[in-house]
Parts: sequence; structure tokens; C-alpha cells
Amino acid sequence: MTLREAAKIIEAEVLVGEDKLDQEIGSICGSDMMSEVLAFTKDQSVLLTGLCNTQVLRTADMLDLICLIFIRDKKPTPEMLEMAEDDGRVVMTTHFGMFSACGKLYAAGAGAGCM
Amino acid sequence: MEDAIVLKYQVIDGEFQRAGEVSSDVKHKLKQLGVPADIVRKVAIAMYEGEVNMVIHANGGEITVEITPEQIRMILADVGPGIPDVEKAMQAGYSTASDATRNLGFGAGMGLPNMKKNTDSMDIETKLGEGTTITMVVRL
Repeated sequence: MTLREAAKIIEAEVLVGEDKLDQEIGSICGSDMMSEVLAFTKDQSVLLTGLCNTQVLRTADMLDLICLIFIRDKKPTPEMLEMAEDDGRVVMTTHFGMFSACGKLYAAGAGAGCM
Repeated sequence: MEDAIVLKYQVIDGEFQRAGEVSSDVKHKLKQLGVPADIVRKVAIAMYEGEVNMVIHANGGEITVEITPEQIRMILADVGPGIPDVEKAMQAGYSTASDATRNLGFGAGMGLPNMKKNTDSMDIETKLGEGTTITMVVRL
């Protein structure tokens, strides 16, 4: 599944990285605890999270995550979006909650990353 | 250690927004030096967890990174409260973090176990009321 396909499935708005949506997703992880993400996430991963602070961006940087998806219409600050842009990462926001967003992606065949 | 590259950083107390800046800088420097991606990832995860711990538990401190052709050694030294029970602190899921820390996405009791998992050796020296020094090595 590509990021573009994932965005369509969860009706996400792409905030950064419109030109990078053809990347293939390795795995998807849904969590608000960054230590869990750091412990279990694999390569080429996408993170769905309800946490919206700079540490999400830092975690993404450490793990080279390809995309961050904020749930429940959460929107990062302009500074956070700038960080993501500098790092070449895709950022999206979806109106779905965690359970629904993960469920829709899982049902569409996306591989699970951690939980 | 003739061939060593030594990097030194200050970690600032209470600046949660900036926690991870040091780890990010080290990660990018290791990449520039051509260190293999899997090693960079291990160092980045271990250091980032340690750096966040220094900010949330230990009033900041100093991080030294020594890079040689054989290994990467990270020394994280703080003058915080110390760890009362290291064995307990090493258990996955054990945490003394506040709700405020948990709301920021940390404090799940995974930090120290994550650091150990991603390094070839990890040594904790801690004294109550004086501080903690954690030395971690990742071999190249």
C-alpha cells in the first residue's frame, strides 16, 4: 500500500509532503507512547498518533519514519510542520479516531508495525 | 584514542520541547560519517531515550559521544536525584514518571530497557542525591 492509497482510505488531509505519496508503506503503528514506538517500530513505517508535540517529530527522526498521521483532526504547529518538511517526511491528519483509522487500514491489507 | 571523534553536549533542564536535539544532531553526524544505518538507528534510539530521561527525571546534564573505528560510546551524566532501585528501573513497564510526562508520550517504563536492547553494553552508576552516569557502547 502506498501513502496515497492510505490517505484515501482514511480520508486524510496531507499537510506536508504531497510529492512523496507514492512511497510504499512497510508497516503501520498506532500509539501515543513514544517509547513503545521506539521499541517496536520497523523500517519504512507510518505512525498514527493522537499525540501532537515535537517529540513525535523527534521520534520520527530517530526511526526514519516515512509518514506521521495525526488522528481526530489534530494539527501540528507550523514549527512542527517545518521540522517535518526539513526532514523530508509526510504529515497527514485524519478526522477518524485511532480505532477506526487503524481498523480501516488493517482491513485494507496494511501490515501492522507494533500495535 | 588517537582516531576518536569526541562530541560534547549540554542537555538543558526542563526544556521538554528541545529534548532530542542532541540525539538528532549525533544521528545526523553519524550518517555523514558513513556509519551503517542499523548502527545509527540503535545509537539514535538509545541516546534519545537517555536524553529524554535526563530532561524529565534529572535536571539535564552532559552527553559525551566518542566515535572510534571500533565503537560508539555514549556517556550520559546528570546531577539529578539518582535511581533508588536500578533493578526495578530496568523492568519493562516500571515507571516513576508523572502523569504530565505520560501526557507527553513518555514514562511508559520502556526507556532503560530500550537503551539496553539497542546497545552492546550499558553501565549505570548512580548515587541518590548526587546523580547518574550511564555509559553505553554500540560496536561497529
